[in-house]
Amino acid sequence: MKSRAALLPIAAIWLLIAGLPYYFMVQSGFKSQFELLTAPFWALPKKWTLDNYRTVLAGSFVHSLFNSLVVVSISVLLILTCASMAAYAFARMSFRLNRTLFTVVLAGLVIPVHVTLIPVYLLTTRLGIYDTLWALIGPYVAFNLPISIFILTEFMREIPRELEEAATMDGAGPLDIFWHVILPLSRPGLATVGIYNAVALWNEFVFAYVLTSSPARRTLPLAIWDYQGQYAANIPLIMSVLSLSALPLIFIYVVAQERVTSGMMAGAIKG
Amino acid sequence: MVASPSHLRRSHSIAPLLFLLPALVFLAVFVVWPIVSSIQLSFYNWNGITATRSFAGMENWKTLLADEIFWRALRNNIVIVIFSIAIQMPVAMGLAVLLHRGGRALKLFKVVYYFPMLMSTVAIGVLFKALYDQQFGAINPLMIRMGLPSFAQDWLGDSRLALFSVIVVICWQFIPFYMILFLARLMSIPVELREAASMDGASGGQYFWRVELPQMRGILATAMTLSLIGSLKYFDLIWVMTEGGPSHATELMATYMYKQAFSSFRMGYGSTIATAMFAIVMVAAMTVTAVAQWRRAEAG
Repeated sequence: MKSRAALLPIAAIWLLIAGLPYYFMVQSGFKSQFELLTAPFWALPKKWTLDNYRTVLAGSFVHSLFNSLVVVSISVLLILTCASMAAYAFARMSFRLNRTLFTVVLAGLVIPVHVTLIPVYLLTTRLGIYDTLWALIGPYVAFNLPISIFILTEFMREIPRELEEAATMDGAGPLDIFWHVILPLSRPGLATVGIYNAVALWNEFVFAYVLTSSPARRTLPLAIWDYQGQYAANIPLIMSVLSLSALPLIFIYVVAQERVTSGMMAGAIKG
Repeated sequence: MVASPSHLRRSHSIAPLLFLLPALVFLAVFVVWPIVSSIQLSFYNWNGITATRSFAGMENWKTLLADEIFWRALRNNIVIVIFSIAIQMPVAMGLAVLLHRGGRALKLFKVVYYFPMLMSTVAIGVLFKALYDQQFGAINPLMIRMGLPSFAQDWLGDSRLALFSVIVVICWQFIPFYMILFLARLMSIPVELREAASMDGASGGQYFWRVELPQMRGILATAMTLSLIGSLKYFDLIWVMTEGGPSHATELMATYMYKQAFSSFRMGYGSTIATAMFAIVMVAAMTVTAVAQWRRAEAG
């Protein structure tokens, strides 16, 4: 096709638009502050330095990484448990409020978190869990349940009914069927939902911003926020923080590209 | 076993309730109750600290209706909705078609195109704040190098430019998302259609307008809905880059609500803004759903 060669310049332009900010971020992280201010911004470092990374890794960054890991793991586990149970009820059981409740859960897809921010903040202080990682888990789970329930319900509706009927004949109850039949067959759906939530929560900002305050409780996005407040003038240092914080997702993306893509798209395809 | 009228198994037991319970508890405590509580708080004056709150009746709501900053914030939200859709959809569509036609040759391009999606919004905000900086940023030197000195501006500090500068970043962040979404849909169009079209002598452009685009209608509507709802709820990026400034040039409903509640400690008025925002988003979502259903009914 003749048009293919004509497409190349456009492809290259977008490559620059998407890639240049990354290029600036990575190379600036290896510059000294003096060099950043004296040499051209877009030039590669004349002298590559690891000082920025040393400073960051010696600070609270690693602790924030650990906090994020803990909060995201617990939340995703809870989301998968609650959402798969609810999805099983919605997809496989007939009860009077099935449709109504499902519609209500779907409405949760569009609710802005801001409408809950003040009451959740007040509740958190009243429970005495303000500025702890526990404060984040409740809202994290609740706000990601609608999308997770939606995806898993769609998924479980596709599972052939014969398997379930056979199990019922053998005298299996709902719990047995859920555990031994539905869950194992839902594995791809669970993986998609797990990745989708892990990425979303790994980057979550508002709740962590409102419900925590001390550096020891900060998750990764908040660590970035604190760094830029503290070192506003030290661009190389901030760039090294950004590079480090981008690494985990880039790593996962490289390892499991298709899964991550489908996981991140999951919310959109049917929503 | 007696065949049940419904294709679902009828459970008279409490099993459904038990399976739904954990999810419903989370939703009740952290979504439903807070919404009710916000609505309630919007009728009070309270700093969030003292034990007593004073009933204010409609006062906060009257203040809101006369609050120029709130209307400005809503207008900014709408501007973001319009520009997000107007810029992101065509560009994302163009790139998706590009990647689709380019096939394997552009595989590496696709990886780089995807990069912006792998950064958190906060990180993107911090990165672009640094790039836009008038003194230490990298965009102005680039403009000067390219012979465009009049494009060296105080991108985030100039109240006429700030909203535009922020929209550029929003597009940078979300175009890859819609691109992948469109690409997935393009790849699901049967190859036979393409072969048939080229046998009939259709050009690449004709094929796109006559065959591909009509097939994309559904996903395009989905993408626009996501963009609409997302833009009305926008917060993180703007908060990181400008905190709604300079002088409310990039103020959004969410940033204004945050400031009133957590900086000025006007929990009552903050709740009023939050409730208004909630209502606006819900009305927008219901309108879109209704239009979609109406169009589906029209289509038969």
